[in-house]
Amino acid sequence: MANQSIRLRAGGAVARRQLVSRASRYFFLGATVLGVSILLFLGYETIVTGASRLSLDFLTNYPSRFAEKAGLRPAMFGTFWLMLITIFTSIPIAIGTAIWIEEFAPRNRLMTIVKINLANLAGVPSIIYGILGLTIFVRFAGMDRSLLAGGFTLALMIIPMTVIASQEAIRQVPPSLRDGALALGATRWQAVRYNVLPNAIPGIMTGTILSISRAIGETAALLMIGGFTFIRFDPGPNLVDFADPAAFLAGLNESFTVIPIQIYAWSIDSRREFQANAAAAIIVLMVGVMALNLLAAVIRERFRRN
Amino acid sequence: MREVERLLRPSRVSAPAVVLLLALAALAAVACDDSGEGGEIDIDGSSTVYPITAAVAEEFDAVAGDVRVNVGFSGTGGGFEAFCAGETQISDASRPIRQDEIDACAQNGIDDILEIEVALDALTVMVHPDNDFVDCLTIEQLHEIFRTDGADNWSEVDANFSDRSIALYFPGTDSGTFDYFVETIIKDVDEAAFHRGDGTASEDDNVLAQGIGGDNDSIGYFGFAYFQDAGQSLKAVSIDAGEGCIAPSFESALDGSYPLSRPLFIYTRELFLAEHPENPVLRFVEFYLDNATVLVAEVGYVSLPADILQAQKDKIAPFLP
Repeated sequence: MANQSIRLRAGGAVARRQLVSRASRYFFLGATVLGVSILLFLGYETIVTGASRLSLDFLTNYPSRFAEKAGLRPAMFGTFWLMLITIFTSIPIAIGTAIWIEEFAPRNRLMTIVKINLANLAGVPSIIYGILGLTIFVRFAGMDRSLLAGGFTLALMIIPMTVIASQEAIRQVPPSLRDGALALGATRWQAVRYNVLPNAIPGIMTGTILSISRAIGETAALLMIGGFTFIRFDPGPNLVDFADPAAFLAGLNESFTVIPIQIYAWSIDSRREFQANAAAAIIVLMVGVMALNLLAAVIRERFRRN
Repeated sequence: MREVERLLRPSRVSAPAVVLLLALAALAAVACDDSGEGGEIDIDGSSTVYPITAAVAEEFDAVAGDVRVNVGFSGTGGGFEAFCAGETQISDASRPIRQDEIDACAQNGIDDILEIEVALDALTVMVHPDNDFVDCLTIEQLHEIFRTDGADNWSEVDANFSDRSIALYFPGTDSGTFDYFVETIIKDVDEAAFHRGDGTASEDDNVLAQGIGGDNDSIGYFGFAYFQDAGQSLKAVSIDAGEGCIAPSFESALDGSYPLSRPLFIYTRELFLAEHPENPVLRFVEFYLDNATVLVAEVGYVSLPADILQAQKDKIAPFLP
């Protein structure tokens, strides 16, 4: 009798554990299905609404008050140049900062404060970076509402995120690799250059791409620093400008608009037919982000193999 | 060991990046702005006026392709801020410039502001299409609904109205439409009152239209152009300012009988006009007024009556060659 009750109790505990296990499995499956199906639904909605508007004309036309004539051309130029500026300014600084903090910086209270503040900065809303960019770059540095001012603002915005992601990647490199190099007489920099960085690059790339994907979709900060909506020229240097540094820089000093601003402008337009333009522009932006991700994956794989 | 390590430690890890950034920043400040051959006009301000100015800029580009006209919309308030900082040459506004903005401009040496009316808009108050008890509201009733600590229930506004709670939808605080409403409905009735904040505020009028259409107890307001497009499924409320109920329409806005019809403006500086022909602002403003009648109607606003339009043209006449 006693025996039986013990067995029953044991069986109940096991059954409960197995039930919890099964339930958790369905819970996690449900969470995934919910997220993916919302994504699929939004993607489907966007493609259905926007596909009819996608055409070569849509990519090569300037904005217009007629929905069917309005195009994304200046916004695509603007996004391209803005991303180039953002990438070239933020990434060396961010990765450099991460390397210094992880490999060279002294471990003291000041550094702890710096690290905590980096994490806080990564969580600051983008509009705040917009106000900062407006004050520092547009007004104080006199850059006006230019591509450079916009690119620097976005660079400021994504540096904290990129630093944190890069730090994480550097920390994942086993200490034995670093110690081994140092033990063999390598300098700090040699150990970092030949042992730590090659192993950290895949992780750094992933973090960097996430940051850039955030920058490429940024609207609020750029509206704040004076990104325009209606522009009828191609922002940024022209092809012929590449031979002439002065003309090239003048190109970077031009006014701009970007794809997310254009999407915003079309989506709040009172005329219904502009919703299709907004959806088509979203498709273009998504393709751009996917292309960036693909590029990152390729680079990542190359470093893994080496 | 420590000493050796520190000596060997390279100290300029991100030096190339720093140099690149400094070089770019320095050259950015030095390099002159490369605008189109005929100059560049930067315009910012009201999102209500934006469609008109963008339409004019589009047509202007066809006849003056050498001039770059860039138009943005950061709201009437944000537009004036940029204008007074000298960042833009023209500012779109859906309300007249305020004294504090004039003062801010003057502090930066901008004391020759020129106000030009370009169109009329009829601020339209809307309720859910199934709402069968609200057809017309007086200014006082609107005040009662939208002031802080105002009516929470339709029956508090009028005993004949249904006994249901009110849900409010209104534009964001940086919009001139909001400012205009505060001025005419809240402050003109009671200087000490404020616009209430408990409701749905959005800078996107499409969101307001959807909100009003999806809520049986809703009431909200935005510009006439949005009412014609996004708000077609909604019910516009007639307004009674003491002379009977007047419905918002092109006609009632044009003849001035609709109490909430308001002028839309562009602002610029006399200095820019006087700089003609080097500065393209005069050409643009002249083109704006010459084509306003057609383009304003095309984007869904009410064109100015002939005499008021002529008065605007007279403002820039002294600067014309």
